[in-house]
Amino acid sequence: MDLPVWQELYADVQDDNFMVIAVAMDSRGAEAARPWIEEAKAEYVCVIDPEHHVADLYNMVNVPQAVWIDESGQIVRPTEASGTNEGFREMDRTTFAMPEKQMQRAQNDRSVYVSALRDWASKGADSEFAWDADEVRSRMQAPSDDVAWANANFRLGQYLRQQGNVAEGDGFLQEAIRLRPESWNFWRQTADLEEVGKSGGPEFWARVDALGDDYYYAPVEMPGMSE
Amino acid sequence: MVTVLTERGVVEGVEGDGSGDALWISTSEVEGATGWALKPEGLCLNDLCTPVPPGHESQFVRDDSHGDGAVNVAAFWRRMERPALHDGTGSVWMLGEPASSRAAQLESLQAPDFTLPDLDGKLHSLSDHRGKKVFLTTWASW
Repeated sequence: MDLPVWQELYADVQDDNFMVIAVAMDSRGAEAARPWIEEAKAEYVCVIDPEHHVADLYNMVNVPQAVWIDESGQIVRPTEASGTNEGFREMDRTTFAMPEKQMQRAQNDRSVYVSALRDWASKGADSEFAWDADEVRSRMQAPSDDVAWANANFRLGQYLRQQGNVAEGDGFLQEAIRLRPESWNFWRQTADLEEVGKSGGPEFWARVDALGDDYYYAPVEMPGMSE
Repeated sequence: MVTVLTERGVVEGVEGDGSGDALWISTSEVEGATGWALKPEGLCLNDLCTPVPPGHESQFVRDDSHGDGAVNVAAFWRRMERPALHDGTGSVWMLGEPASSRAAQLESLQAPDFTLPDLDGKLHSLSDHRGKKVFLTTWASW
């Protein structure tokens, strides 16, 4: 989990002009997220988003994904993976052990990403990692109509489940997955609602394998990231 | 009575009737339920109005012999190319936001605001932190 990484960064930066907001995409609600937030002793803002509203607004499909927002509320880096890469695909699926090479790669990329955040926290717009308007726009993905319908289906399904209408709610969640198969958030959340653990079980790995050469996390465009 | 889900939240106990593809909401309750109000210009959010298409009035608005009439909000939603869907009983409706408005918001580069609770239920908005750099990141327990 990333929350301790952000806590270390937040405590280190110690600048009143920098804030971390960590959004838990957890349809099971606050109690599902609580142990990790408490263990990380997070002093920044940690909020719970059972309906995945932030993913809807920022067109996100996976966790962890992040956006950098400047003092005026302008996006200076659009939705991207928070310094994670594809290395997890080589982990041992029963022991969760990662090959040494991939461990180093994961550490490198996370370290590059956190260093970039530090640079931005201190230099602001002068940081090479904060993009100008054209650079941001050229890297943004606009949602399609199917995405808008997928989000509406997810929200209705989540609401019906909360009301105790689980079977009917699941139908809408499945429709959200069908309309937006690239959303790992929808698939994994729905699997987790069916049964805790299923989001990382054999069906998850089968879906990952089915990606073939496609990305699970699109590469983060930042100097120093591993290939 | 119907329950209406929109970006603004959930409104229960709305005077209305959902059947088939139609969601008729009592005219006086439309704004409270959806944020949009029926005006002479059509169904309006502030100054943005969608007119009733001429010749199709009966599918969009109706006068009742008693009360203040009703608006078929689902018909307006479809006309605005916004997602509108409902549960099997027609008593819970989701009135969604269109891809075009999400895209326009992102294209403006102004980070869309949101308000969500923390572990203790205290609400936080992104806009509370205007004036700071914000690293907005996501995670999940699953």
